[in-house]
Amino acid sequence: MISIKNLHASVEGKEILRGLNLEVKAGEVHAIMGPNGSGKSTLASVLAGREAYEVTAGEIKFNGKDLLGLSPEDRAREGLFLAFQYPVEIPGVSNINFLKTAISEIRTYRGLPPIEPKEFLAMVKEKQKLVELDGKLANRSVNEGFSGGEKKRNEIFQMAMLEPTLGILDETDSGLDIDALRIVANGVNKLRSAQRAFIVVTHYQRLLDYIVPDYVHVLYNGQIVKSGTKELALELEEKGYDWIKSELGEKAGV
Amino acid sequence: MSTVTTISDTSAAFLTHFEANAGSLFGETNLRRKAAEAFAAQGIPTRRTEDYRYLNLELLLKKSFGFRTELMRIPTSDDVAKLALVENAIVLVIVNGVFVPQLSSVDNLLAGLKINTIADAVVTDQTCAAHYAKYANVNSDPFIALNTMLASGGVFIHVAKNAVIDRPVHILHIADNEVASVFQPRHLVVAETGAQIAVIESFESIGPVKSFTNALIEVAVSENAVLDHYRIQAEGPAGHLLSTVQGSCAKGSLYNTYTFSLGGAWVRNNVNKVMAQAGAEAHLYGLYLLNGSQVCDNHTIVDHAQPNCLSNELYKGVIDGKATAVFNGKIFVRPDAQKTNAYQTNKNVLLSDDASVNTKPQLEIYADDVKCSHGTSTGRIDEDALFYLRTRGIGQESARRLLIHAFAEEVVDKIKIESLRIFVEERITAFLG
Ligand SMILES: Nc1ncnc2c1ncn2[C@@H]1O[C@H](COP(=O)(O)OP(=O)(O)OP(=O)(O)O)[C@@H](O)[C@H]1O
Ligand SMILES: [Mg+2]
Repeated sequence: MISIKNLHASVEGKEILRGLNLEVKAGEVHAIMGPNGSGKSTLASVLAGREAYEVTAGEIKFNGKDLLGLSPEDRAREGLFLAFQYPVEIPGVSNINFLKTAISEIRTYRGLPPIEPKEFLAMVKEKQKLVELDGKLANRSVNEGFSGGEKKRNEIFQMAMLEPTLGILDETDSGLDIDALRIVANGVNKLRSAQRAFIVVTHYQRLLDYIVPDYVHVLYNGQIVKSGTKELALELEEKGYDWIKSELGEKAGV
Repeated sequence: MSTVTTISDTSAAFLTHFEANAGSLFGETNLRRKAAEAFAAQGIPTRRTEDYRYLNLELLLKKSFGFRTELMRIPTSDDVAKLALVENAIVLVIVNGVFVPQLSSVDNLLAGLKINTIADAVVTDQTCAAHYAKYANVNSDPFIALNTMLASGGVFIHVAKNAVIDRPVHILHIADNEVASVFQPRHLVVAETGAQIAVIESFESIGPVKSFTNALIEVAVSENAVLDHYRIQAEGPAGHLLSTVQGSCAKGSLYNTYTFSLGGAWVRNNVNKVMAQAGAEAHLYGLYLLNGSQVCDNHTIVDHAQPNCLSNELYKGVIDGKATAVFNGKIFVRPDAQKTNAYQTNKNVLLSDDASVNTKPQLEIYADDVKCSHGTSTGRIDEDALFYLRTRGIGQESARRLLIHAFAEEVVDKIKIESLRIFVEERITAFLG
């Protein structure tokens, strides 16, 4: 699905990602954990194509294509979706209208006929139910005046509407109450399939109780320094990141 | 010190023209003479005139503008049909500052609605005579003086007490001449107690010949009357428009103005509203879309003379190319005007490095128990929002259009006439390319 090799990226001249490697196959769920400022959101931004982040070395193959050569919109049209850690508010642009535009542009790109209005509305209804998003929110301006939790739900709603092959969730669990967390996680789980993969960025084991990952990685200082299975997340929850830092220190011979 | 004011050649030319033609102009010559004196005292503004510093009027007018208002070319009814903006409107066509009855639909009027030419009404209609030139003060602005001195024609619209007129009245101005000309249409709208009406003024220019239209409309909104006043300014590249609105708002009335500046080489709007009695309400909406070397200068004055009034102003602009936008919003709250609510917002989006905005709110508050606020912002397209839309598969250009459209929508949304709203939407879409 996606293969990241030796990725180096800087923002404002400061190197944030320093040789990151990650391989995600169709059907898999990978969790990425790591301390604040380690580069998790930077990775998400680079994958989505934010221009402020300059890739200085490395390559990313997404379903066989050179991801870094694609514009943000073409990445989305190729099936990549980023659920933002901080979704932006866009006054005046209605949630529904913008999704209609997005779906129609994605379909045009893929050479598919336009979606029927009836089919679109049915889909909106179904996907709203999936994340228990209030119907009124769908008709409002994108994220405008939404609570923190509503914004996160809206991200998952959009993901469900756009049906990507790779979903990247950047701290979708932060700011969610227990019920909302369960709802959002259930929504994601319903989207899991053999053709679809997820990269789930989180600080908390809690989310991974619901969205059970196949692999867990620790991102530290711009690199993946440790990988394991879901048990690694439990271990991190218990011990924090210090043991990894000291392990790294030992390796480096410090 | 000498009290003699030196006036420019251009100003002198206007005065000479008036002297030569005073006898043939409609209405009271005395009133026009007073206006001429006021004009002579003020003259055509120069770049040193603070309120007009962004418009080089002297330079524009010096270039051999004539005063020909005779119709050298009468647009066909097909031309007019193309310029009709709204369904079901009563269309009044003003060509080169003069009302053209054969192109207008005045025969089938509704009960409670009276329409006449201003030239006729100011002489024959007591109501018209009583209101005419009572609101626009010739000493307050040179173009009010100029128009009052040289007004060539226009319409008088009267809505009777409690009459609710469900068809909009559309005053369609067309500038179309074979030599560069100055046109001075003049209108008066009187809505009696409890009356309701929507008036649309549109401004168009045809052809490559320069025109300068100095339009003035006085609007008297009586007790509890409701008046929606739309202005669609869509002149061609040779059109220059100065459009003055002088409104007077009586007790419990509601007077809304919607100004859409969508074309013309330059546009200057003077929208002045006096909250003349307690409990009046007024909204002022504006949207300007500028490109090339267009200049759009919006000056508004809301004068809260009496207590318990509400005024709310929202002007938004999208400026591309080398265009210049000016917003100057004055709010006066007089000592008697306690419990005033007055709000003002001006927001601009710049689409190019050479586009510019000069925005200046001016609040003068002499009462203490009031709620007033103003805010301005000028910026580029929100890059974060643009990126967000693109990550959903929306192309950069359509994402950009979506955002600008959304920005304008806040004003467009206020239009209550569906077909007019669609017209403006289409103009926005065309503007965004
Ligand atoms: N646009 C930017 N300008 C300057 N510095 C940036 C920018 N974006 C990220 N950084 C810096 O890069 C580093 C990594 O940030 P990033 O947001 O990727 O961390 P993170 O792992 O997502 O942290 P958190 O867990 O707090 O969300 C931080 O030091 C941050 O300050
Ligand atoms: Mg982050």
